[in-house]
Amino acid sequence: MSDYRIQGATGEWEVVVGLEVHAQISTQAKLFSGAATAFGAEPNTQVSLVDAAMPGMLPVPNMECIRQAVRTGIAINAQINKWSRFDRKNYFYADLPQGYQISQLYHPIVGEGAIEVQLDDKNPESTKTIGIERIHVEQDAGKLMHDQHPTMSYVDLNRSGVALMEIVSRPDMRSPAEAGAYLAKLRTILRYVGSCDGNMDQGSMRADVNVSVRRPGEPFGTRTETKNVNSVRFVMAVVEQEAKRQVALIEDGGKVVQETRLYDPDRNETRSMRSKEDAHDYRYFPDPDLLPIELDDAFLEECRASLPELPDAKRHRYETALGLSAYNAGVLTAEVETSRWFEALLAASAAKQGKPEGDVAKQAANWLTSELFGALNKLGKSLADSPVSPEAGGELLALVGKGTISGSAAKQVLEKMLETGDAPGVIVEREGLTQTSDTGAIEAAVDAVLAANADKVEQYKGGKEALFGFFVGQTMKAMQGKGNPQLVNEVLKAKLG
Amino acid sequence: MSVDTATVARIASLARIKVTDEEIAAMVPELNGILAWVEQLGEVNVEGIAPMTAVIPNKQRLRDDVVGADPLTGGNVREKVLSNAPAGEHGFFGVPKVIE
Amino acid sequence: MTQLTDLGVAAIREGVAKGDFTAVEVAGAFNAAAAAAQDALNAFITLTPEKALEAAAAVDADRAAGKALGKMAGVPIGMKDLFATMGTKTTAASNILGNFVPPYESTVSQKLWDAGAGMLGKLNLDQFAMGSSNETSAFGNVISPWRREGSDAQLAPGGSSGGSSAAVSARIAPAATGTDTGGSIRQPAAFTGISGIKPTYGRCSRWGIVAFASSLDQAGPMARDVRDCAIMLEAMAGFDPKDSTSLDMPVPEWEANLNADLRGKKVGIPREYRMDGMDADVARVWDEGIAWLKDAGAEIVDINLAHTKYALPAYYIIAPAEASSNLARYDGVRYGLRDLPPKESAKGAGLQDMYAATRAAGFGAEVKRRIMIGTYVLSAGFYDAYYTQAQKVRTLISRDFMDAFQTVDVILAPTAPTAAFGLGEMVSDPLAMYLNDVFAVPASLAGLPAMSVPAGLDRQGLPLGLQLIGRPFDEQGVLDAGLAIERRAGFTARPAKWW
Repeated sequence: MSDYRIQGATGEWEVVVGLEVHAQISTQAKLFSGAATAFGAEPNTQVSLVDAAMPGMLPVPNMECIRQAVRTGIAINAQINKWSRFDRKNYFYADLPQGYQISQLYHPIVGEGAIEVQLDDKNPESTKTIGIERIHVEQDAGKLMHDQHPTMSYVDLNRSGVALMEIVSRPDMRSPAEAGAYLAKLRTILRYVGSCDGNMDQGSMRADVNVSVRRPGEPFGTRTETKNVNSVRFVMAVVEQEAKRQVALIEDGGKVVQETRLYDPDRNETRSMRSKEDAHDYRYFPDPDLLPIELDDAFLEECRASLPELPDAKRHRYETALGLSAYNAGVLTAEVETSRWFEALLAASAAKQGKPEGDVAKQAANWLTSELFGALNKLGKSLADSPVSPEAGGELLALVGKGTISGSAAKQVLEKMLETGDAPGVIVEREGLTQTSDTGAIEAAVDAVLAANADKVEQYKGGKEALFGFFVGQTMKAMQGKGNPQLVNEVLKAKLG
Repeated sequence: MSVDTATVARIASLARIKVTDEEIAAMVPELNGILAWVEQLGEVNVEGIAPMTAVIPNKQRLRDDVVGADPLTGGNVREKVLSNAPAGEHGFFGVPKVIE
Repeated sequence: MTQLTDLGVAAIREGVAKGDFTAVEVAGAFNAAAAAAQDALNAFITLTPEKALEAAAAVDADRAAGKALGKMAGVPIGMKDLFATMGTKTTAASNILGNFVPPYESTVSQKLWDAGAGMLGKLNLDQFAMGSSNETSAFGNVISPWRREGSDAQLAPGGSSGGSSAAVSARIAPAATGTDTGGSIRQPAAFTGISGIKPTYGRCSRWGIVAFASSLDQAGPMARDVRDCAIMLEAMAGFDPKDSTSLDMPVPEWEANLNADLRGKKVGIPREYRMDGMDADVARVWDEGIAWLKDAGAEIVDINLAHTKYALPAYYIIAPAEASSNLARYDGVRYGLRDLPPKESAKGAGLQDMYAATRAAGFGAEVKRRIMIGTYVLSAGFYDAYYTQAQKVRTLISRDFMDAFQTVDVILAPTAPTAAFGLGEMVSDPLAMYLNDVFAVPASLAGLPAMSVPAGLDRQGLPLGLQLIGRPFDEQGVLDAGLAIERRAGFTARPAKWW
């Protein structure tokens, strides 16, 4: 791939990007209280006395938050810090009841790691490693609503105290595409691990995008941080717009100011947030209400053992052990639900055919990526709400594999399955789609076709071999499409000499 | 290290305490007296000494991920949470309008 | 016959259990005494006579029904107004919480009610427990019931648990809760001739106690004598899963195991506490204490606590730093005072204006001073020089104690450098006031159990206390040595009733 460059009036510029991703940890209860975390509850109902920072309330950490952060760290091959602790980040805002956020500055739970991203779906060689500096665990803030009252803002603390992982990348990305690929890959990994549901539209995952520009090869420029960007597409847009803005600014003789910015998707531009005068003096210090988190080997081992096969390993296995194409392996592992669906489909199909999975994997992969995805797409549905289950899909594949129905009949059966939700066997029976593998019947049909077309048989024998397809077609027609195509071919070949 | 009126004003702003110029003027010598006194800590040789983390040897316990395991620290207590609110309205805490 | 208000915890409990008098009679007697003393002493912020009677009636009913009675059954107590009490105003003696009514009960107060105690009222204190004289309360000074011989000058009851010490010494409460961050149980106990113990950090849950400095705050009892302290501490202590720093250990039977026989015990006398220009009476009482413990069978050993002089400056970095953060929640958004300044511009007063006005109006001068110091020492560029350095010195102070405890079982020292001072004598000089906690603060920084017991009177007839400091978790050793002193000191002085 060629390097991404911004063409300025004075020459080429390179963009440098780092991402701080806030991922909500999938838990039932909050990081330091027993209030629920579910999305969409009535305002201030999922708020405990602790979350409202009533006088004398104290935090007690939720084990699952620690566990999921460690599992995520292991999944990105990061160093796990067996000794970590929480610090207070002090600032005043109406969505921050304690007047400080409990976070981890000095001793985060996860240290250095990395993930590999693929920049081109079709090219397995187009990979790049993006460094991750750290993952720390912290509290989310509440929410302010500005449009409910003419002179007041309203505070809802339901999110206050929900556990977040902050995943901080190295400034290793050099284009919008790399930033997008990194965020997408990170999301995939988190969803495989189960540490975050990755629902960006519900705010479960959002990114602060750090962007700077420089002449290729020169030291880093001054960066800006665009806060709370909540989709892969927007992250890419922010990188592009912010880089262009900075280049234009510098080339006009201006200077990039280190500041916090917001992205406006409607206008596709970033704009400066009013800078808060002392926003940068957070007076971090270790939270005296909490003790250091000390993890033992058994805990780390349990975290490691509970990890599922991760996307890179899975894709590699799909290619090597199952013989899938690089493209199919990529598509089937991009979402954890897809790979789960595929593996259930494969298991069902192999079991019903009595064959090893490796023998039927390509069939399953092709059917899923082209037939089912295509059909669901037309219906505007996703795999999650597919009317066809992996077991039913496996049954359909087995019917084809065992020769009970033809490939073309399988397409009809799938349509009916999507329509009715009925099992493929039931549909085949009802619609009479079973193909005939009875050689006697096929021979009789072939004989009749050859007899009725003696002239064409002569031409064929005279060297017009293209007529073979005609005989196949006539035979299938005579058999109302139910003849096993392979057997029809074989019989015709034998009879025509 | 000592503080001047500008520093005291900045600290008061950081601590969100409104102070008058007279109050600042009074605080400067007071705070400088206290700071000069605490600075004797600089005499202590602390080479190789770790800052205290837990005053009594104790391990951080971690709770199970259960909602409302102890009702005292669980949710669904909106009335309690709002019972002392200076401007509790429609289930929210009201604050002067924030322009973002 | 002795008045009911002359009785302490053990005597009331016993009398109620035996049927000598009812719990309701006891509550009535103390309610009356508390109400009668309120104008003169100002020991309470809120009186709750109905709560005391209600709890007493429940105890009397349980006794009549033949049910087992709790450790504090029938004992009405004063509750420092730093403990959240459900449905009863909890102010921390600050305007910022002037009307705060908690919808929850602190763990320690709940344990006391569960043990059969009743609440006479919420006791006055230094605002947010910041002070050593009870002069920083937004609800007025507490006046010590003690007076210098031949003088009617108003004296400080000590602080921050000044309402507690005044109430117990004036016999308007048989016992009271206190909290101790840098001496706030021990110094007021010493100033008023009563006993008080700060247990090992983590023994008593901090859940529901308005926080001052989290790594130092500990609750403890204040009462007439050592045994009463042991009884009440048993009722207050215990593991609380809601407090991450709570000790997950069983509560020992301190009362049953009390033993004033110190044969085989070693008592350490720290050289560094004998400071130049030490008050002669304080030095004398300390020497007497040494003789008493020797008499009880203990061996006396001189010890070094080399970093003692750095304890107070370290404390005055760490405690304000934690406080500046702990008190950030008082912002006028969710509870407490809100001060919305008048519009200065067309858009009206903003959120940040509200914070600054609310906190300016709500916090007293000493609280503001400490928030300012704490904010400064944590601010960018100063954190390591101040806070990290102080926490390292704290490690050294703790290490000094641990080294000493290799040799000795308990340490004996004065509680405070002087007897009670007069109200107003120190307020103009914050540093001089801070220095009053010089002997109390080291044990706080090290999280150690420490108690003050009354040991004698100074030349002006004011009480002086002796302090016992023990190993972590060894409240028993502290109580036992305290008991040995109590038996020999024969301290029977009490303030002449002038109120």
